[in-house]
Amino acid sequence: MIRLDKRPQPSRAMALATPLLAVLATMVFGGALFAVLGKDPVQSILTIFWQPLFGEFAFYYRPQLLVKGAPLVLIAMGLALGFRAGIWNIGAEGQYIMGAICGAAAALAFYPLEAWWIFPLMVICGGLGGFLWAMIPGLLKVKFGTNEILVSLMLVYVAEQLLSSVSLGLLKNPQGYGFPGSRNLQHYASAHNAEIITGSGMHWGVVAALIAVIFAYVLLTRHRLGFAIRVTGEAPRAAKFGGVNPARLVLFCLGVSGLLAGLAGMFEVAGPAGQITIDFNVGYGFTAIIVAFLGRLHPVGILLAGGLMALTYIGGDIAQSQLGLPAAAIQVFQGMLLFFLLALDVLTNYRLRFGAAEVA
Amino acid sequence: MDLSVINPILLLAALMSAATPILLAATGELVVERSGVLNLGVEGMMIVGAIAGFIVAVHTGSPALGFIGAAIGGAVLSLLFVFLTQVALANQVASGLGLTLFGLGLSALMGQSYVGVKPPRMADMNLGPLSDIPVLGPILFSHDAMVYIGLLIVAGVWATLKYTRAGLVLRAVGENHDAAHALGYKVKRIRTLAVMFGGACAGMGGAYISLIRVPQWTEGMTAGVGWIALALVVFASWKPWRVLLGAYLFGGITQLQLNLQGAGVAIPVEYLAMSPYIVTIIVLVILSADKSRAPGSLGRIFHASH
Repeated sequence: MIRLDKRPQPSRAMALATPLLAVLATMVFGGALFAVLGKDPVQSILTIFWQPLFGEFAFYYRPQLLVKGAPLVLIAMGLALGFRAGIWNIGAEGQYIMGAICGAAAALAFYPLEAWWIFPLMVICGGLGGFLWAMIPGLLKVKFGTNEILVSLMLVYVAEQLLSSVSLGLLKNPQGYGFPGSRNLQHYASAHNAEIITGSGMHWGVVAALIAVIFAYVLLTRHRLGFAIRVTGEAPRAAKFGGVNPARLVLFCLGVSGLLAGLAGMFEVAGPAGQITIDFNVGYGFTAIIVAFLGRLHPVGILLAGGLMALTYIGGDIAQSQLGLPAAAIQVFQGMLLFFLLALDVLTNYRLRFGAAEVA
Repeated sequence: MDLSVINPILLLAALMSAATPILLAATGELVVERSGVLNLGVEGMMIVGAIAGFIVAVHTGSPALGFIGAAIGGAVLSLLFVFLTQVALANQVASGLGLTLFGLGLSALMGQSYVGVKPPRMADMNLGPLSDIPVLGPILFSHDAMVYIGLLIVAGVWATLKYTRAGLVLRAVGENHDAAHALGYKVKRIRTLAVMFGGACAGMGGAYISLIRVPQWTEGMTAGVGWIALALVVFASWKPWRVLLGAYLFGGITQLQLNLQGAGVAIPVEYLAMSPYIVTIIVLVILSADKSRAPGSLGRIFHASH
C-alpha cells in the first residue's frame, strides 16, 4: 500500500525534476502508442526529437522551431500569469483569432498603400483585438461574477464563426477568384512580418515572445503586482487582507493574456500563415495551456517548454511524412505529456510512503 | 426568406432530439458536481464517446450496442481524470482541461478510418396509438429510444438524489468531504463512481450526435456541446429538472437557428451558428448572481491526512 504524506514545503528538486520525468514517461508511453499503430517506436521517437535538431535536414527545421515556438510562448506566458492567481483564461484560441482578424483588417484597410507605419498599426490593432476579446470574460467576471472559464471558451466558438464570416465576406480577396480567404499579407511589403535575419526563422513575433518572457520575469520577481498574483494563487484570503484588489487583478491577468494571444495571432497572420482563412487557427491557444503547465508557470520554464512543444510539432510533421504517423497521434502525445506532468506533480507536494495503511 | 417553411410542430419535435446530447452530458456532470468534483473534461469524454459508439455501432450493426460502447468509452476515459484528481491529487481544472485536449486527439486518432462511413440507423420507438395523437403525437411520441432514456436518467438522478440513502451520501460528500470522511464514508470511492457515471452519460451524449443527429464521424464534431453542458449545470443551480428545462431551451435555440438557416433568413449563417454560444454567455451572466447552491466542496482536493 502506498500512502501520501504532505511535505511541509514543496520540494524544489522535485519541481524541477517532474517536467523531465513527464517527458521521459511520455516518450515511453508514446512509443508504446506508436508501436500499437504499427510503427517502430524507437525510430518514431528519434524522428520526433532528434531529426529536427540534429538530423540531415536540421538546417531547414531549426528555424521552424522559432516560428512554431514563438506563438506558443507568447500565449502561454500570458495564460500562466492568470493561472498563478487562479484566473483561468481558457479562450486564448479565440483571442488569437481576434488578434489576427484585427491585425489583418488594419493592414488590408490601407492596401495597396506602402508606408512604414502600417506594421506598427497592425501590432497595435492585433494586440487590442485580443485584449478586448479577453475583456468580455474579464468584465463579466468582475461585474457579475460569471465564470471566466466557460465564457472565454464560448467566445472561442464565436470567434471561429467570425473568422469564417470575414474570410467569406469583409476581408475576402477581391482578386481571389471567389475562393474564401483574404489577400496574402506576405505579398504586401508594409504588412509582411518578414524574417529579421534571413533563414533564421526569427521574425518580430519571436522578439515579442522574448520580451514577454523578460517582462513576466521582472513582473513576478520585482513588482508589487507580481507579488499580488503569487499571493492570490497561494493564499487567496491572505491576499485579500493584504490589500490586493481582486477585480483589478482579474482584469490585469485576462487583459495581458488576451493582448499576448492577440499579438501571437497577428504575427502569425502577417508572417508564416500570410492570410486570413476559414481554418487559419491551428489550436495554438489550446496547446499553450500545456506549455504553461509544462513550464511550471515560470517564465524561463515556459520558454523551454515552448521549445519542446514546437519540437513535437515539427518532429510530428516529419514523422507524418516519413513514417506515415497520423497527425492526431502527435495531439495524443501532447495530451499525454500534460497528464504525466499533472500526475507526477504529486511528488512535489507529497512524499510517497510505502507500507500498510494506518487505520484512521 | 420564407418563414412558412418552418413547421412549428416539426420544430418542437426536433427540439427534443436536439436537446438530448446536452441533456445527457449535463445530467452526468450534475451528479459529478454534486459529489464535489468539477470535471471540465466533458467535451473530451463526449467526443471519445461519439467515436467509440460510432465504431461499435458500425461493426455490430446495432446502434443500441453503440450507445453501450459509448458509455463504456466515456467512463473509461473518465478514469484518467479519477486517477489524476483522486489518486495523484492534481488540480481539477487543469486535469479536466487535459482530459478534453487528450480526448480530442484520441478521438481523431480512433476515427481516422471512419470518415465517410455511414452508421446503422436507429429506428424510432413504436409507441402505437400514442404517436397518432394529433399535434402531441409527433412532438412527444415519435422519437428514438435514447430521447426517452435521457428523460428516464434525469428522473432517476432526481429521485436518487432526493429520496435514497445513496443520494444523501453523495450530497454529503459534495457538501463537506471532511465531515463525510469523519462519518466513515469512502469519499474517494463515491467520487470515483460519480465521475464514471458522468463519463458514461457524456459518452452517450456524444454518441447521440455521431449516430443520430449528424449520422457520420467528423473530427471535433461535438463543437462545444460539452462546454454548453457544463454551463447548463450552473444554469440549473445543480437541480436535475432545471437541467431538463435548460437543455430544451438550448435544444430549441440550436434547432431554430438551423431552421432559420434552412429558410434562408437574411442574417448570415455564421451569425446564426454562433447564437447558441452567445445565448449561453447571456444566461450565465443572468444566473451567476446566485452561487449559493453550489456544493460546498466543489473543486477542492480531498486528502485524508490522518
